[in-house]
Amino acid sequence: MSPEDPPPPRTTRTIKVDYLARVEGEGAMYLNVQDGKVEDVKLKIFEPPRFFEAFLRERSFHEAPDITARICGICPVAYQMSSCHAMEDAAGVSVTGQIRDLRRLLYCGEWIESHGLHVFMLHAPDFLGYPSAIEMAKDHREIVEMGLKLKKIGNDIGIVLGGREIHPVNVKVGGFYKAPPKKDFAKLEEDLKVAADIAEKTVRWAATLPFPDFEHDYELVCLSHPDEYPMNEGRIISNRGLDIPISDYEQHFVEEHEPYTNALQSIHKGHGAYFVGPMARFALNFEKLTPRCLAVARAVGLDPACRNPFRSIMIRSVEMLYACEEALRVIGNYEPTEAPSIEVDASGGTGFGCTEAPRGLLYHRYRVDEQGDILEAKIVPPTSQNQKTIEDDLRRLVPGYLHLNDDELQWQCEQTIRNYDPCISCATHFLKIHREEVSQ
Amino acid sequence: MSRTVVIGVGNPMRGDDAAGRQVARLLAKGCPAGVTIHESTGTPDSLMDLWKDAGAAVLVDASQSGNQPGDIERFDVSTEPLPTSYLHCSTHAFGVAEAVELARSLGTLPPRVIVFGIEGISFEHGAELSDEIEEAVHRAADLVKAECQK
Repeated sequence: MSPEDPPPPRTTRTIKVDYLARVEGEGAMYLNVQDGKVEDVKLKIFEPPRFFEAFLRERSFHEAPDITARICGICPVAYQMSSCHAMEDAAGVSVTGQIRDLRRLLYCGEWIESHGLHVFMLHAPDFLGYPSAIEMAKDHREIVEMGLKLKKIGNDIGIVLGGREIHPVNVKVGGFYKAPPKKDFAKLEEDLKVAADIAEKTVRWAATLPFPDFEHDYELVCLSHPDEYPMNEGRIISNRGLDIPISDYEQHFVEEHEPYTNALQSIHKGHGAYFVGPMARFALNFEKLTPRCLAVARAVGLDPACRNPFRSIMIRSVEMLYACEEALRVIGNYEPTEAPSIEVDASGGTGFGCTEAPRGLLYHRYRVDEQGDILEAKIVPPTSQNQKTIEDDLRRLVPGYLHLNDDELQWQCEQTIRNYDPCISCATHFLKIHREEVSQ
Repeated sequence: MSRTVVIGVGNPMRGDDAAGRQVARLLAKGCPAGVTIHESTGTPDSLMDLWKDAGAAVLVDASQSGNQPGDIERFDVSTEPLPTSYLHCSTHAFGVAEAVELARSLGTLPPRVIVFGIEGISFEHGAELSDEIEEAVHRAADLVKAECQK
């Protein structure tokens, strides 16, 4: 091209989705493509800005599980567990034996319930080409009913053990207010056997969905425990050699504030974006799954090398099967002979808690004075840790889909975001989608 | 005689979002005969479980529709959908409106389903029910009672 030639016409496509459907809470996406190149991707999150960290200050350390459970209606157990572990860490005690097992059981309920909602009601419609589970139910009744059954059984664990389905009231620092009698688990035990069969069927069904050919060499970060698939405790590891105690989290991970979002975005210092959630857990803890999970995963061609986030729907399904089997193991061993909690006295200090929420690593740190009042609270939810990775995925994915019209491209982008089951907040939500196209 | 269920929906820790649950609590003190009263966070599976095999379901939830605070709107959703943007969807874009439509798709919606929306003012985390909405809760309880007699 000579200097006299006029420049070729620039084409700009801007896709704005003001409210993302089928993600938890409120969010928006902004995507700008110029001349076939993605110039800008922003995932905006309207998170109630750090309300809870401020709200926790000057409250008693005993209140932390009940207060933080309110942060999310889908994963309250995760918040309760991370806060309990942090407070117990600050007091220099740890929960073992039956209480520890019951905590794991409660967490299993949350994984089943949360993954059940996401797999069947939120993510499946993307793959099957429906705008929502409501339309999908007309043609795929059996699939939706499987989801409702699994979700209900997850909720039932919360009701029997947690006192109610959402925001369990039975959890306290040190354990539980009350340990249910063994007979309360009888029906649940039968239901969980059915749920395990449904979950296995779900894995096989999810494997038949159409997956885009999209992979990336992510840094995967999750907990690791020597004996079990991680839920409540362990060290923080990655596939790039990270292996640290949870108390070192803030030395390695830092939150940055981007002006376009209320939520903070985490990065691994010196490394950048990283990936938390089911695919990280699955890849780095594969051998700790049950033999049945391993068999069904292998049968559908799922292995720890999986780096396609669209396949997370399969991995969530495997984790539902794992949670059903693990819940059955805990119930089978359960003999309520011990006190339902241990004594935890405030002695002042800092405590750290990190557990595996359905969506990934959930980090809590508290500084508590000698009276047990909270002086400082820090909470890093999984979605803020994944946010940069979600944006990077969009940046990588969009160039391959520019032949699509804007509606189709928007659909593809939303599906990509939903791979991460982002729990943006439990805020007021209005379903409203607005799209704007600019050409110049 | 077919069973009628009343379900108060909302999050008790989000200010006026608790309005529906407050109505359920008021009604539980003097429950009309043949009516069972429940509170729910409004997840579709729990709502569908609560109204399973009922002849009629009356739901009460908070709304943020632009109406005057304390206004109460009644919707008969037995055959028509609820506007999805009407209710304050307390549970992650999958609330009352979606539960009704999902049940309709699956053929499990009770023959008669009435939804009352109480327009709220504040839905802040940790907030109490607004004073203005307290009065509306009592009015809504009377409306629900009358609905159960029909």
